[in-house]
Amino acid sequence: MSIRGKAFIAGIYEHPLREIPDRSNSQIHAEVAAGALADAGLSFSDVDAYFCDGSAGFGPLSNADYMGLRLTHIDSTETGGSSYVVHVGHAAEAIAAGKCQVALVTLAGRPRSAAMGGGRGGFGDPTPDALFEGLWGMSGAVTGYALAATRHMHEFGTTSEQMAEVKVAASLHAQHNPNAFLREPFTVEQVLDSPMICSPLHRDDCCVVTDGGGAVVVVSPEVARGLNRTSAKVLGHGEAIKHAENGRLDLTYTGAVVSGPRAFEEAGVSHADIDYVSIYDSFTITVIETLEDLGFCEKGTGGRFVLDGTLVAPNGRLPFNTDGGGLCNNHPANRGGMTKVIEAVRQLRGEAHPAVQVPNCTIALAHGTGGSIGARMGSSTLIMGTEDA
Amino acid sequence: MSSTLPTPVPAVSPGTEEFWAATAEGKLLLRRCDDCGTPIWYPRPFCPACGSLNTSWFEASGRGTVYTFTVVHRSGVPGYRDALPYVVAYVELDEGPRVMTNIVDCEPDQVKVGMPVRVVFQDTGKGSALYRFQPDPSAGGGG
Ligand SMILES: [Zn+2]
Repeated sequence: MSIRGKAFIAGIYEHPLREIPDRSNSQIHAEVAAGALADAGLSFSDVDAYFCDGSAGFGPLSNADYMGLRLTHIDSTETGGSSYVVHVGHAAEAIAAGKCQVALVTLAGRPRSAAMGGGRGGFGDPTPDALFEGLWGMSGAVTGYALAATRHMHEFGTTSEQMAEVKVAASLHAQHNPNAFLREPFTVEQVLDSPMICSPLHRDDCCVVTDGGGAVVVVSPEVARGLNRTSAKVLGHGEAIKHAENGRLDLTYTGAVVSGPRAFEEAGVSHADIDYVSIYDSFTITVIETLEDLGFCEKGTGGRFVLDGTLVAPNGRLPFNTDGGGLCNNHPANRGGMTKVIEAVRQLRGEAHPAVQVPNCTIALAHGTGGSIGARMGSSTLIMGTEDA
Repeated sequence: MSSTLPTPVPAVSPGTEEFWAATAEGKLLLRRCDDCGTPIWYPRPFCPACGSLNTSWFEASGRGTVYTFTVVHRSGVPGYRDALPYVVAYVELDEGPRVMTNIVDCEPDQVKVGMPVRVVFQDTGKGSALYRFQPDPSAGGGG
């Protein structure tokens, strides 16, 4: 069974705030849910399926209770920042199987205002890998991504200047987004001159830390037909977990090598058909490895690929992250998968900022990454089209 | 190094007691599958290569090369944040696994991918020691 054309993204909402000291996570979940439902022209009483990650509370129970949802289908798959891309795929599957008609996916978190836990499995036990990896001074996600970047540079000659180009492209888009956390355009020199955090990654190779969240509503074709709002059609989806391979880990590639081909095959489209991409951009190196792994360029050539404005909308060869991405706009709850889906839908609706709207955007790809790149990670690729795609 | 790295005490879980006890005696143990022979990392009484539950400890050579590394200049980790800059690395052991660790006894800007290293144990005072790695002058070539 394929999900192609069997579900539509009818509503999206990105929380406008980037610092939220005075609201609970559940409240932000409810606010973004209300926003996405209003965008679709639907209400909470229409929702019959709910999707969230492991940070939402006690699985999906806390928020279903908080929002008073009456559900026929639930899913709290947790693959870090890629979770919400997975959720859209799973929602489409559930709709195609007749389990539900209106699926709500939410994300919220406040890493800017309140500390978030990490490195733990369920019920407070350290995960088994953390017993051996939590001893060496890994300081947040950046250390693991820096380890990947060093190896990518060693094997392929990727440079810090090339990685900085990714930040520059994102910043050129963010200047048009009034809600973006960083709205000033960056230069390559600025990125290279910013403080080194974990070599070779500078401060400005890193995404922003923002409170907030977002939501999407996935509906059946029957529901979509009755709405006054333009929907994005789900065309294909792929998901994968890549891990340390019993210690033989290879940090130069990501799970996108698996999730990407699955999504392309299901969608029945080729790379040349893709008009816009939302690429998970926790760090600049994340984008370079992911573009290679999704097949937009040969392995090892991602650094050269992003030169010369390739990623810059609207005229680059492969416009990406036109909201400014996680690198400049928003990375709510330290997780960027939700905003990746949202901006792709904006592009397909023709509702991105006019300065960065890709002309005749018909097919878009959103890719989410969770966990530590190359080491223990989730990857999810979603391909969407316009309603008549 | 700007100062000595901290020696956080490892949490010992069922299945890893012997590993940590051995570190206190200056031995780096690896688990190996009794059925397919694959060395296993991180240590667990299960072989992810073939699914076997039959595994045993053996002593590793303690030698390897730097697979990748990063020099940490900003850190929020207690103890480590007072020891900046420091080096986090994956060392590829001669037995195969790539193991997360620190490179010590070496200026951070002298660490290179491919550099030969050997294990050095730093006692936690709690019946265990951390396996860190230092440059191995006895290894030929490298790089
Ligand atoms: Zn085996």
